[in-house]
This record gives sequence, structure tokens and C-alpha cells, in this order.
Amino acid sequence: MTLILDILILFIMPFIMLGIIKKTKAFWGGRKGASIFQPLYDVLRLMKKESIYSETTSLIFKLSPIVNFSVVIFASLFVPLINGYSILNIPFAFIIFSYILGFAKFFSLIASLDTGSSFEGMGASREACFSTIVEPAFFISMASIIALTKVTSFEALKMILQNSGIYGILITILTVVTLFIMLLIEGCRVPVDDPATHLELTMIHEVMILDNSGADLGFILWASAIKMFLFGALITSLIIPDNLPVWISCLLFILSISLLAFVIGTIESSIARFRMTHIFEFIFIMSIMALLILTLVTYRIYGN
Amino acid sequence: MNWIKTKNNNKINALEIPTGTVEELKTDLRNMKYRPIGFFGKQEFSNVRLYVVLADDSLGDIYVSSILFNPDIKSYDSLTPEFPAFHNFEREFYEDFKIEPKNHPWLKPLRKNQDEYPFFKMEGEDVHEVAVGPIHAGVIEPGHFRFMCQGEKIYNLEIMLGYQHKGIEELMLNPNNRLAESICGDSVIAYNMAFSQVIEALTQTTIPKRAQLIRRIALEMERMAIHIGDLGAISGDMAYLMGASIFGTTRTLIINTMLEISGSRFGRGLFDVGGVNFDIDKEMTKKIKSTIDEVLKTVKRTAETMLKKTSCISRMEQTGTVSKETAVLLGAVGMAARASGINIDSRYDFKDEWYLKYWQNTEFKPAGDVWSRFMLRYKEIIQSAAFINNFLDELDNNKDGLTTSINNIPPNTFAISIVEGWRGEIVHCAITGADSEFIRYKIKDASFNNWYMLSMAVRNNGISDFPLCNKSFNLSYCGNDL
Repeated sequence: MTLILDILILFIMPFIMLGIIKKTKAFWGGRKGASIFQPLYDVLRLMKKESIYSETTSLIFKLSPIVNFSVVIFASLFVPLINGYSILNIPFAFIIFSYILGFAKFFSLIASLDTGSSFEGMGASREACFSTIVEPAFFISMASIIALTKVTSFEALKMILQNSGIYGILITILTVVTLFIMLLIEGCRVPVDDPATHLELTMIHEVMILDNSGADLGFILWASAIKMFLFGALITSLIIPDNLPVWISCLLFILSISLLAFVIGTIESSIARFRMTHIFEFIFIMSIMALLILTLVTYRIYGN
Repeated sequence: MNWIKTKNNNKINALEIPTGTVEELKTDLRNMKYRPIGFFGKQEFSNVRLYVVLADDSLGDIYVSSILFNPDIKSYDSLTPEFPAFHNFEREFYEDFKIEPKNHPWLKPLRKNQDEYPFFKMEGEDVHEVAVGPIHAGVIEPGHFRFMCQGEKIYNLEIMLGYQHKGIEELMLNPNNRLAESICGDSVIAYNMAFSQVIEALTQTTIPKRAQLIRRIALEMERMAIHIGDLGAISGDMAYLMGASIFGTTRTLIINTMLEISGSRFGRGLFDVGGVNFDIDKEMTKKIKSTIDEVLKTVKRTAETMLKKTSCISRMEQTGTVSKETAVLLGAVGMAARASGINIDSRYDFKDEWYLKYWQNTEFKPAGDVWSRFMLRYKEIIQSAAFINNFLDELDNNKDGLTTSINNIPPNTFAISIVEGWRGEIVHCAITGADSEFIRYKIKDASFNNWYMLSMAVRNNGISDFPLCNKSFNLSYCGNDL
């Protein structure tokens, strides 16, 4: 039952999350905006279309969308969804999670270089650059949380609040911030990236997929929607209480993902995107948060 | 070198224009420090006559002279190394008449023969080349940009234009207002006005005061509409959604008012040579005033919010800076030049009586960066709104009709008109022949001077800031390519 709900949510919710972000932006911009299902329709429409390949591309370029999609689906198995339990529960899943996503990123980087376009290499270098700063921060915070809760899977996230009193609250807040910044980076949202721009010189993620079309593009868009959703799910699993009836936690989950999408949309509507050189400073906030988590956890375990 | 001194919107006898030499011109330029506004050739039997038109902005005088090239003269000493403001003018002259300016540092095609364009090359392990265009992602005109970068930093940007070249100057030998206002779609009023004024100067026609006012109201409405639209576009490029959507809708209010006045949102067909075609009556005056009021309120609110937002300021400040020295050297004009601290505005400099009567300075200290261009546009919107309100009030005292009859076009006459469009000065020169036919029609858009400014602005900036810099200038492709 939970499994079926999990799978359903995994397939539908990423699109709705994207749809809500767009709807929120339209709302703040004084427009009516497209239906929240529009991202889903877009992907369905692209799936029916043929892909066009440039003469300079090789097999890598053709493989990349499929690799991306299947990897993201695989990664989603480790993430706790509706009632805080992941589909696959193995120790230290966050390492697999991180590196399997890294593998997908590597593939999209070389695929974008494969096109030989003068912009796509630029996007690839930006994306690679940001990832190198994000990864250590993610590892430090996850490892600290595991040290604190003694639970080695992502389920550790929901244990923080339950076990550790005031520290739990502090660490939860810090983790939410860390994961939220990570979501903005991985999901290519403002202020890191601007998913709505048409200016190829300022793009990060979008520019890497300029050459993709048809079903390939559909898979890439779908994969990145799921990827953003996964980080959203990690954040919600921090807050949703344990041991609730399935339908309540399911409802809570959908609500909190929608709320998160609304927050992202509001942020996108209210601030400008950072200058490329300032984005690093923003990402370093994440590293600082991770180090604070580490400090708090250390104090919690060895202090007193 | 002898010069004929004249004023804006005046005619002179084309046969009386003195002839000098390039050396004399150089000496005069050293002494007079005037600015070129016209430098164009005309075939005269087998000779080529090069007209040189200089402007003295401090007194509002225009100086005209010419240089005659025999068929056996194939080159001359370039002016550009000493007076860089001539760089584009000399390229244009070379392209049209194949008389080579020797030692010109950048003698490349300007708008024709772009297939053999010799791009500036940098070599080295770290250098990478980014080619953008001529087809762009947005709904903008075609133009090719070639960046030489190290990582994210731009060393050099080379701009190759000419894709829009359609021979407008030749077409304008059989001129009409509808053609004139189609030269550059975002400056319909300004172009139509410059053309109408040239013909009126040629024929010595003085149009009714009411018509003059209505033209100026339209010109200021155009300035407001485009400036507001560009503030929105700048916000859009920074991914500041609020600015993009609010400025976008506000611009619509102005162009819709223009629609009510003239039946076209951009003011096409609003006026012809000799007057205007549509009146602004009492009711319309009230409507325009309330719209301008509403627009100004929204613009002020949004712009002030943006100017307080750290994320917006951090994107705009010290991005795409052009120093005053560079701008002076390049001969920059218009809004972009004012944002670099040059005091130049042909409405004021050439002493347009209506503007002088209500002139108010835009008070802020420009620094030449994107922020300055944003600020200046914002201040000019306020300035234009004040002009519109004053001119609308003036309409009551000036009820002398809308049109007047035009005299015949005289033979062998040279006339010039300068109009300050929203981008900067638009210069139209017309020369008639012995049978009163047009033998040369020369157009110069502000973009012609300012495109190189963009190259200088993005130097040592991040390549991801290029679109923002570009939008802050918003130069015209067709105004350059003609």
C-alpha cells in the first residue's frame, strides 16, 4: 500500500512541485499563469516527439538522458517518502545517493561537451565547479547527523527532532537550510540559476541541454524535476512526525512539498539572481551550516 | 579649412559648402574639438565628395565642410588614430567608396561583405572563444558577438553587424514618412520627426505650434515607453521577476495611450511633413495626464524598491563600466553617454525652444555602469513625464491648427536635422540636386556611435553579465545597419 503510494507520488509530485513554483511566480508577477499540471503536459508532449542529433555528437550524447533518468529513479529509492521510510533501506545510503547523482552529473557534463557548442562547455564548467563545493558540505552534515542519531540511512533525518531536545531543533533548522540551498543549486533555481531565462550566456544547467530535443529532452526535464523533488522530500522528512496513519502522513507530505514549492516560488519572485562570482559565497553558506551542524553534534556527543 | 556655420533644422546652399583637405581637417579638429555627426561621401561625376559635419554642443552650432577626392586618389591618412570618434564613420566611408583611410586600426567591414570578416583572435591555452548569434534566443534583431574569454572573464568582445542592411539610404532618395518611421521600429516618432524636420528645413516650412507640441509629446511618450520597457528587460535579465512584470505592464499603459491618440501603439502615422494628423483634444489631454500620473507612481514605487534591494544593486553596480574618458574618445552620444557623465542632449544643446522653456536637469551622479544607465533611464522617465505635462498645458494656448502647406523643395540644398530619440541623437542629412531631386540622404543613429561602447563596457566583466550590459544599452541593429 505504502509502496504504491510512494511510487505514485514519485511520478506525479515532481511535476506538481514544479507547477506550483511556476504558479507562485505567476501569482506574484500579477499573472494568471499556466495550470500546475503544465510541466507534466510538457514532458508528455516531448515524449511523443522525435529527437534530433547534431552531426558532431556521439553515443555519449544519446546515452546521457537515459542514464540521467534511470540514475535519478535509482537514487529516489533511498529517499524517505510519505511516511518517512525509503523504499530501499541500506546503510550509508547517502553515499550511494550522492555518488550515483554525481555519476549522472558526470554524464550530462561529458554529453554537453560532446556537442562541441561554444556555450555548453561553459555551462558544464559552472555546474562542475558548484558541485565540488556542494559535495563536502552535504557529506559533513549527513555524517554528523548519522553520528548523532546512530541511524545510517536517510531515516536518520527524522530521528534528529525526536531524540535530542533543543539541539535537535537547532540541528533540524541548520539541516533544513543546508538542504534547501542544495535544492536551489541542484534544482537550478534563482538565485543560483535562472530556469526561465533565454540568455544562453548566463545559464548553468539549461545551457547544457540546449542540444537535446524530443523524448531526450523530456527525460532530462523529468529527471531534473524528480531530482529537485528528492531534495524537497529530504527536507520534509525532517519535519513530518513519525507513526502517523498512512493517509495523514501522505497528506502532510503533499502539503509540505507544496508549501516548499510556494516558498521557492516566492524567493524567485522577490530577489534577483546573484552575479556568477557571488554564487560561490552563497554556496559557502551551505558549508558553514554543515560545519555548524558538525560542531553542535560534537558538543552534543562529547560535551557536558 | 573653411566651414559653413549653421543651426539644427536649417538649410544651406549645397554649392557653397567649402572644399578642404584631410590635413586641414585634422588641424581644425585639434583646435576646435568639435564632435563628428556626419562624415559621408557622395559621388560627384567621377569624383567623390566627402561631407564633414561637426557639432559644437556648447553653442548648438553645426559646421559643414567637404573634401573632394579625385578618381586617382585611393587613400588618405586616417583620422581615427588621433580622433577615435571617427572610427565607424571612416569604416563606413571606406566601405561605400573604397577610399582607404591609411593606418586605420580597425578597418573591417561595417555592414557589407560580412563573409570575409577578419575576427580579432587571441591565442593561448586558457583562451576560449564564444560565438553568439546572429540568431539569438529572444525576439531580438540579428547580430554576431564574438567573445575572447579566459574562463568566465571577457578579454574582448567583437561585434559584427550588418545582417539588417537593406539599403534604407538609397530608398530614402524617394522619401516618405511611412518609410522614415520604419527605419528603426523602436524609435518610430524620433525617426519620423527627424525626417519631417529635414524636409521642413529644406522647404523653409514652419509648422503650427500645436503640431510642434504634439510631436514633442509623442517623442517623450516614446522615450518613456521604451525606458520603462528596458527597465523591465534589465530586471528580467537579473531574474528579478517583480521588476520584469510590473515595468512590462506599465509600458503597455503608455503605448496604449499612443494607440488612442494615433491608432498605432508606436505612433505610426501620427504625423507627416507639414504638421500632425491627429489632434489631442481636452478629453484626451485629461486621459493622458491621468495615465502619466499612474505610470509615474508605479515606476517610482518599483524602481525605488529595486534600488533598495541588495541583490539588484549588487548585479548592477560596477558592472559594464565605461569611463567618461573612454566615452568621450569613442564619441558616445545620448543616454549611454550621459550615464558615463558626458553632458550631451541634443534637445538642450541645439536649443529646442519648447524643451528649453521647461528644462529640468536629471539630478544624479553617473558612474558609467549598468546601475547608472538604470538610474538615468529612471530619472529620464520622470523628466519626460514633466515635459509631457507641461506640453499638454501649452496645448491650450496654442490653437493654430495642425498642418500647413509645404513649399517646393529647392535645388542644390543641404539640410540637417537632429532629434534626441530615447537612445540618443538621430541625425538626418538631405542634399538635393539641380532638379530638386534628392541625391544623398544620410541617416545616423545613436547606435552607430555607441556600439563600440558596449565592447568596452564588457571588458574584464564576467561573460554571464554580458546580457545585462547589452540590455542596459539596448542599441539598435537596424539603426546601425540601415
